[in-house]
Amino acid sequence: MAFESLSEKLSRVFRKLSGKGKLSEEDVKSALKEVKIALLEADVNFKVVKQFIASIQERAVGEEVMNGLNPAQQVIKIVNEEMIKLMGPEGAELSFQPGKAITVIMMVGLQGSGKTTTASKLAGKLLKKGKRPLLAALDVYRPGAIKQLQVNGEKVGVPVFTLEGSKEPVKIAEAALAHAEQYHNDVLFLDTAGRLQIDEDMMQELEDIKKAVTVHQTLLVVDAMTGQEAVNVAQTFNDRIGVDGVILSKMDGDTRGGAALSVKAVTGKPILYVGMGEKLSDLEQFYPDRMASRILGMGDVLTLIDKVQENMDEEDEKANAEMSAKIKKGKFDFNDYLESMKQMRKMGGMGSVLKMMPNLGLSADEIESAVDEKKMARMEAIVLSMTPAERANPKLLTPQRKYRIAKGSGNDIADVNRFIKQFKQMQEMVKKMPGMMGKRRHGNPFGMMGMGKRGNGNPFAGGRGGFPF
Amino acid sequence: MAEEEKKEKKGFFRRLWSGLSKTRNSIVSGLENVFTSSSKIDEDFYEELEEILIMGDLGVSATDEILEKLRTEVKEQHIKEPAQCRDILIRGIREQMTVDEHAYDFEEHPSVVLVIGVNGVGKTTSIGKLAGIYQQRGKKVLIAAADTFRAAAVDQLKIWADRAGVDLITGAEGADPASVVFDALQAAKARHTDILLVDTAGRLHNKKNLMQELAKIDRVITREYPDCIRENLVVLDGTTGQNALSQAREFAGVTNLTGIILTKMDGTAKGGIAIAVQSELKIPVKFIGIGEQIDDLQRFEPDAFVDALFDVTPQEAEEESTAEESKEETSPAKEAPKEEESQTTESGETPSSEEKPKNWWDDIDDTPIFREHGDYY
Repeated sequence: MAFESLSEKLSRVFRKLSGKGKLSEEDVKSALKEVKIALLEADVNFKVVKQFIASIQERAVGEEVMNGLNPAQQVIKIVNEEMIKLMGPEGAELSFQPGKAITVIMMVGLQGSGKTTTASKLAGKLLKKGKRPLLAALDVYRPGAIKQLQVNGEKVGVPVFTLEGSKEPVKIAEAALAHAEQYHNDVLFLDTAGRLQIDEDMMQELEDIKKAVTVHQTLLVVDAMTGQEAVNVAQTFNDRIGVDGVILSKMDGDTRGGAALSVKAVTGKPILYVGMGEKLSDLEQFYPDRMASRILGMGDVLTLIDKVQENMDEEDEKANAEMSAKIKKGKFDFNDYLESMKQMRKMGGMGSVLKMMPNLGLSADEIESAVDEKKMARMEAIVLSMTPAERANPKLLTPQRKYRIAKGSGNDIADVNRFIKQFKQMQEMVKKMPGMMGKRRHGNPFGMMGMGKRGNGNPFAGGRGGFPF
Repeated sequence: MAEEEKKEKKGFFRRLWSGLSKTRNSIVSGLENVFTSSSKIDEDFYEELEEILIMGDLGVSATDEILEKLRTEVKEQHIKEPAQCRDILIRGIREQMTVDEHAYDFEEHPSVVLVIGVNGVGKTTSIGKLAGIYQQRGKKVLIAAADTFRAAAVDQLKIWADRAGVDLITGAEGADPASVVFDALQAAKARHTDILLVDTAGRLHNKKNLMQELAKIDRVITREYPDCIRENLVVLDGTTGQNALSQAREFAGVTNLTGIILTKMDGTAKGGIAIAVQSELKIPVKFIGIGEQIDDLQRFEPDAFVDALFDVTPQEAEEESTAEESKEETSPAKEAPKEEESQTTESGETPSSEEKPKNWWDDIDDTPIFREHGDYY
């Protein structure tokens, strides 16, 4: 058991306290202690955490506990709001020089943070918006760096400027600017070499570049997985070079990404984009609210909903609406189960979906062990071995039919029985709580099937958490 | 021996110290503070310790484990003084970091070293450095360029391979990396290669399909070359926070990880994650990249590492610096060369570099492409 989720911890803390009208200092303190650890586990810098917690404490003590919330939730609500505020604003954009003037954008960061890839992604994005970007290769140190930019530039259709044989980034920058003027490019990206913020010579080089050409935007690329170090990096780059915006790379990993909060807190500069994958199109807008819940380990519900929408074509949409209606009435059958499995797969599989859900009370490890994709495939095989009539009406399933299904799907009869039992339990549960279902359009309870650990008849393993949607 | 060993260690340690000085300062000054300012061992004291360790990127569970040990010993030995806790704490961490004596056996047998990790941690660079080190030690080395994904990854590796004077097996961009590995394995067998280094594409550990690709490469090696010694090294970026644990865990899920290469340990606050990984996953750190110079990939010395984190006050380090500075000079970029003798004094147990008074990279001319900056990735 590596990490308990924050909501789990908090509910433990507050188990003893209930029905209080106002948050007492004690309440807040004990809750914030857990919040603090959650933030530290997410790699938010210690000093940032300390400062942040202090400001929350001030705000939270004495606050009314809202109707329908318990003190723990109230504290989380406040923490969440403050984090969003701190990481905002949402939708910050690069600013460009007016008219046809060239906007010079310099990419800086540590080695391996993803500058070259990000520069290409950003240039490709601007190209689509009707700009005429030019990429300039200033990394004369890393073997293959220039070639990498050339290849990436070609992929996104953006020209790449290089100065054959030159080892002087300053000269390359000047030449690139001249080239951009000549060829009427309106955005020039300077892709600099990765460097440590404590490397005096290399930092000086950036200053020299800035002196030689007018840089309008200096973008710091930060690996989202960075630990406590993020603060030092951001602060030094900002103090010495001046940072205008931040791009978080490698956000498609499973990192909680506390570095985002650290960097924003020490530089005060907006986070413009997040890198979400290796494809050159994978550069997305930054949403402070999603980042906040991710750092807090509360799941990334909004991203999930987005993902659902993205993956749902119209037909699915219709099918889903029908399903929601069925769910509301407490009526659903094995056809719906199949359908829901299909959708689940579109979103990248059960495990990845569950990990994005908040308040499930399951750690990533538990999800990993609970979600057995193979087992789910077997269950699907069971359903596929049913006749259409059986799928629509589970009551038809007599022992003979079950025996046939077991044979047809390559399962044990016991497996088939267990699966059908689970399914019925699910039906019962859903009937009992119609209010919970269909509250959100894309509610889908079936995904929970198959999560029970071996031999555990209850699909809601241990009865923890609640319905995710 | 003890004397010599100490000296040698300090040589390495001195460099670590300079690399880690900032962490050291943040952790140690914090620690010193706790040890000296706390008047008694109470919950506040432990809480402060906890915070300091977490701040060093040690992670929550490694910190807990260390402190749990401390608590037990304090109780058993009736320790009353916070200052005494210091030694116990250092010993506890050192024990966790021990490297098995057979850890480097693969270097002496025909072996296949698979190097894996997430994007941008320094896999290719580490391979380049390893290739150079082994080549210099008279090993027959071959590199498989199985990163067929990242643009220009092969070009980058090619430069390293040429430098080290090592053959490189490549495939087309976008080719199945397992096929490149297959070819390389056949070549390694035919040419009686001592060490085959396999460079793979960076992949985030939560990408199922990419991890499967890795599993396939792993299977191909097992199937095609069952007699070789397998060494599967995951490269972790020293600046990475708690996610490094998740990375190590996931990579261990697809191959049998035998060790860790910890890179970029020359910045500011870092090093703690090494303790966290070893504590939680029992995968030893075998190599450590502590600088941007080519010789800065070294065998991991747990004692030196922990010493660098906790043991030595800046004063002691100053004293050593006169003797040890020299080692840093192998790269001509910085101070004046005046070191050959100290290098000999340091020579001792780690065959990787200290065995020979002259280092293999001494012969390499110092073109910018090779030197201190930007040779990560």
